[in-house]
Amino acid sequence: MIAESGHYALVLALGLALIQSIVPLIGARLRDVALMNVARSAALAQLLFVGASFTALVMLHVNSDFSVANVYENSHSMKPLIYKITGVWGNHEGSMLLWVSILALFGGLVAAFGNNLPLSLRAHVLAVQAWIASAFYLFILVTSNPFLRIANPPIEGRDLNPVLQDIGLAVHPPMLYLGYVGFSISFSFAIAALIEGRIDAAWARWVRPWTLVAWIFLTLGIAMGSYWAYYELGWGGWWFWDPVENASLMPWLAGTALLHSALVMEKRNALKVWTLLLSILTFSLSLLGTFLVRSGVITSVHAFATDPTRGVFILLILCLFIGGSLSLFAGRATALKQGGLFAPISREGALVLNNLLLTVACAVVLFGTLYPLAMEVLADFKMSVGAPFYNLTFVPLFTLLLLAVPFGPMLAWKRGDLLGVTQRLLAAGVAGLVVIAIVWAWTRGGSALAPLAIGLGVFVIAGAITDLAERTGLFRLPVATALHRARGLPRSAWGTVFAHAGLGVALIGIVCETTWNSEYIGTMRQNEVAHIAGYDLKLDGLFQRQGPNYREMIAEFNVSRDGETHSVMTPSKRSFTTRGSSTTEAALLTRGASQLYVSLGDTTAEGAIAVRIYHKPLVLLIWWGPVLMAFGGVLSLSDRRLRVGAPKPARAKQRLQPAE
Amino acid sequence: MTLWFVFALMTVAAIFAVLWPLGRRARAQSQGSEGQGSEGQDSEGQDTENRGSEVAVYKDQLTEIERDLGAGLIAAPEAEAARVEISRRLLAAAAHEPAPVPKSSLKWRRAAAVLALVGLPLVAIGVYMPLGSPKLQDFPLAQRGSGSGMARSLETLVVQVEQHLEKNPTDGRGWNVLGPVLERLGRFDDAARAYRNSLTYNGESAERRANLGEALSAAAGGVVTAEAKTEFERARALDADDPKANYFLGLAAEQDGRKDDAATIWRALLAKAPADAPWRPVVQSALARVGGSGGALPALPDETITASRDMSEGDRGAMVRGMVERLAMRLKQNGDDVEGWLRLVRAYLVMGDRDKAMGASTDARQAIANDAERLRQLNEGLKTLGLDG
Repeated sequence: MIAESGHYALVLALGLALIQSIVPLIGARLRDVALMNVARSAALAQLLFVGASFTALVMLHVNSDFSVANVYENSHSMKPLIYKITGVWGNHEGSMLLWVSILALFGGLVAAFGNNLPLSLRAHVLAVQAWIASAFYLFILVTSNPFLRIANPPIEGRDLNPVLQDIGLAVHPPMLYLGYVGFSISFSFAIAALIEGRIDAAWARWVRPWTLVAWIFLTLGIAMGSYWAYYELGWGGWWFWDPVENASLMPWLAGTALLHSALVMEKRNALKVWTLLLSILTFSLSLLGTFLVRSGVITSVHAFATDPTRGVFILLILCLFIGGSLSLFAGRATALKQGGLFAPISREGALVLNNLLLTVACAVVLFGTLYPLAMEVLADFKMSVGAPFYNLTFVPLFTLLLLAVPFGPMLAWKRGDLLGVTQRLLAAGVAGLVVIAIVWAWTRGGSALAPLAIGLGVFVIAGAITDLAERTGLFRLPVATALHRARGLPRSAWGTVFAHAGLGVALIGIVCETTWNSEYIGTMRQNEVAHIAGYDLKLDGLFQRQGPNYREMIAEFNVSRDGETHSVMTPSKRSFTTRGSSTTEAALLTRGASQLYVSLGDTTAEGAIAVRIYHKPLVLLIWWGPVLMAFGGVLSLSDRRLRVGAPKPARAKQRLQPAE
Repeated sequence: MTLWFVFALMTVAAIFAVLWPLGRRARAQSQGSEGQGSEGQDSEGQDTENRGSEVAVYKDQLTEIERDLGAGLIAAPEAEAARVEISRRLLAAAAHEPAPVPKSSLKWRRAAAVLALVGLPLVAIGVYMPLGSPKLQDFPLAQRGSGSGMARSLETLVVQVEQHLEKNPTDGRGWNVLGPVLERLGRFDDAARAYRNSLTYNGESAERRANLGEALSAAAGGVVTAEAKTEFERARALDADDPKANYFLGLAAEQDGRKDDAATIWRALLAKAPADAPWRPVVQSALARVGGSGGALPALPDETITASRDMSEGDRGAMVRGMVERLAMRLKQNGDDVEGWLRLVRAYLVMGDRDKAMGASTDARQAIANDAERLRQLNEGLKTLGLDG
């Protein structure tokens, strides 16, 4: 009964979504309040039913009801409870159900908290949400139904892909989906604005927080996915320029651009049309990501099953929404009123530069992702675009962007003083140069670019701190006053500081890891010792252990440095009977931000074992950076104040900043 | 019946969600916006709402500037500049051309109500009926299995034994029992694993080695692979008369194209066999298969493909694949044989596997790279096969 009720709830959600996509539109046209209000109650009811459907699927997985095909194919009665739950979205059907659940959640939030929106705007936004939702409900019900039953249920399931049996599955997909789907809100707002033919102040006020929420989750989701790949796949790599990774990076780049242009729009009422376009593009890229991952066009750990009908269906959805929204944009954008003007050297100008660089970087990634696919389809020629391509294209773009980052927040609105800002950033620049010199002298040799890149990272961090110091008057005013002003500083200013500093932190981590990473690959016998980066790892022995649904072979390494024992590392290899496959569980030893990484290969007939040992200096900074960025986003989000950007009067230089 | 009752309740709830705002009369309709609530809102409406919210945004911003000014966050000139900016927008918002007066369209509301009352259930049932299985009960695991003994099928038993062995992997007897059952169920890979475990925990025996070999060749679609052959050879080393090992070694010889050898092995097996051995007819028929033709057929895969046209598709494929695999194996160990390499490449081409053919020709070049004369032969041969020289 749980299975069928869940199924029926999903069908009802489809029915409600269909009503929600038509009735409010008619209401908005006729200016009938009751008809427009249908959008709200329908969105809330939709959330209720999809939520019930998702809960039903979770219960089926937890109860190991193998009469449901989805449970049979992806679960096992002996799997630990947490993986029974996360396994719900560890497969295609379930993950699509999670996707629509989150979509319904966002729709429900707009419905519940959108009281201060103009009624017709809310009706339009929810109707557009319902179009998206209807398309995906249909997709799920027709091509990837998680509630299909097996008449003669097998007694045991086929288990979840062992690679996915990890805590990462509990965090990574929901975060990523909250990010992807969160951008649907700004998309719906953009379409609603185009339909209504005007963008008002409420529009700007609403879009930025929603974009910010989506951006925070997407940032964390990508970082989490990268860390998961790092420790689970056993190679110590954290980014592969894999099409699926690119699929998540592209909305992030576009979303970051959107975040900044929405800022201009909110404060200065400028860049309206561009913000609209970015909203559409960002969500389109999210849809494209869904298509790439779910259609089976790309084979990767994310493609659970390949089924051509699904690919065609998603492609249809993709064409409908991207094509439809872009043509609507082309038709209506000129009708929108343009906003305020600004000089090229101003904070708006800096944000435009930021947008330019981010969108070009995004276009580069898009090209690198789709070109091989197009070649394969059109010319029947397999190729892959990898790190060298991105090093030549993406990296210079980002270098430019990072150079510009410290300048942006310090320029005034409307018209800025580049020279003055440069003077104030001098200290940061000097700090960067000093660090370059130190790193150069310290390392001698190696890549000449590495110290430069680290210097750039330091410049970005120091620039963020300079901004803070300027605002609080630190070093110029007494400490007590500075503290008082720091407390009074808008939280969004703090958010900017953290987010920009996070960028620098991540850059330093990336450079250190790729440049000074050392590795030891070989076979070891008992009591043999491997030396790496000053550490001695002695293989104490191999042991077998029985897990809940796997057997594992554990190798015990005694880690010492200068004869002093530090700790014991126990990497293991798990073999899962049901799927007949195995996973490597790397052991990590964290020292500060650096990590020692041990993962196991195969055993040889003579009882020796292949091991890969890496020492990765400052590797954790790669993920602390995004966490800092997300924290900055949360701070900025918690700043509930209304924003208006006013130019600083020319006479009163160097006074307090206007309200953020 | 309960299920349909639940469905009906859910449908009613969904319909209610749509009807609720439609049914609520004018007095409650203000709550969509900034809380101007009185009768007649319907007809005042939209414009006030839109402009109201926009004006509210700007008014909030103005108060905020006062607040910041009071808190000493911004200086008076900046506050003044911001105030001017906001006032400019406020004026712009107020200058909006008034929107048309909203009306309450009873006709459309009725239509929407009908859509909810009739359309929603129709869509729900129309979509659910072809997809759902309303007659099927839930089968949570807790309610199954351990109950009555008669419901247990063979597969249930196997699963239980497997679960037992998952927890006690050293139970050799369990693996011994499991192996043949898995083989009968067609799970050859699992059967091979079971036999391997049985060997580990029960010790060596000719019978277990031979069983393992049999599972391995079954998993390979009937082809006695090199791996399987090793097992049979080990079995024969333990017990020279083990019938299963001998039979399969003969089969391996046959699949290699050494029919004479196969015949010899099988004849010897029959000579030693007890008269009532149940496997006698199997060996006899195998012997008859190869016995007729005395001369050794050359193992040219493409010719054999022609010869085996009468066989069933699957058999033929398996047979050819087995031969090609063995040839590849042999060449890996001893790569001097130019003819052999060419035969392998041709076989891959015949099988339509161009990638493998290219791979094999590369391997061949590497294997005989030191011998100019052979390399020349190889290149010429490859050219005639249509692969670049």
